[in-house]
Amino acid sequence: MPSVMPPLSEILVAVLLLGSGVVVLVAALGLRRLPDFFLRMHAPALASTLAAWIVSLASIVHFSARGASLALHVWLIIIVLSITAPITTIVLARAALFRRRQAGDHPLPAPLRRRS
Amino acid sequence: MSELLSMAITATLILYTVAMGIALARLFGGPSAQDRVLAMDFIYVVGMLVMLVLAIRYDSEMYFEGALLMVLFGFVGSVAMAKFLLRGEVI
Repeated sequence: MPSVMPPLSEILVAVLLLGSGVVVLVAALGLRRLPDFFLRMHAPALASTLAAWIVSLASIVHFSARGASLALHVWLIIIVLSITAPITTIVLARAALFRRRQAGDHPLPAPLRRRS
Repeated sequence: MSELLSMAITATLILYTVAMGIALARLFGGPSAQDRVLAMDFIYVVGMLVMLVLAIRYDSEMYFEGALLMVLFGFVGSVAMAKFLLRGEVI
């Protein structure tokens, strides 16, 4: 039992880091357990959006509390990740769709119908 | 650094390691090639998160550049592998 309370920023950073660990574990379990590839594509997005946001927020809180000023440079990772993650997902989904149509023996998701 | 934050960082790194192990099982035993590419991309993202947590652990800004490079190289690698699956050549 610690005799002195840690500062509030360290408690906040600890809670945020543990939350990100749980989110990443949920994403990995989804990657393991979901039955189809197009369902499995949804799970890693949890790690590249929510967990990355939480960890960068924890990093901003920590370095801002250590230094004298606001340390916002970790946002650069969020910006780059939010540009690159959808591109990866769309290219990979098109590749998977193409390969399933080539193979022909797997059930494809139903095509979208235009609503009139 | 207090006892609480140190223990939280250790627990977070253990959770990340378990997640990377699960994704590694998907990488080696995935039924199709696109499953392996997806697991590889996920492992890159979790490795980037490990770099950010280590930046807090060692209180150094140097890990930030490593995390940024890891995002960029993971993106280039995943897109190259997906394009290879799509067309049989990279570019």
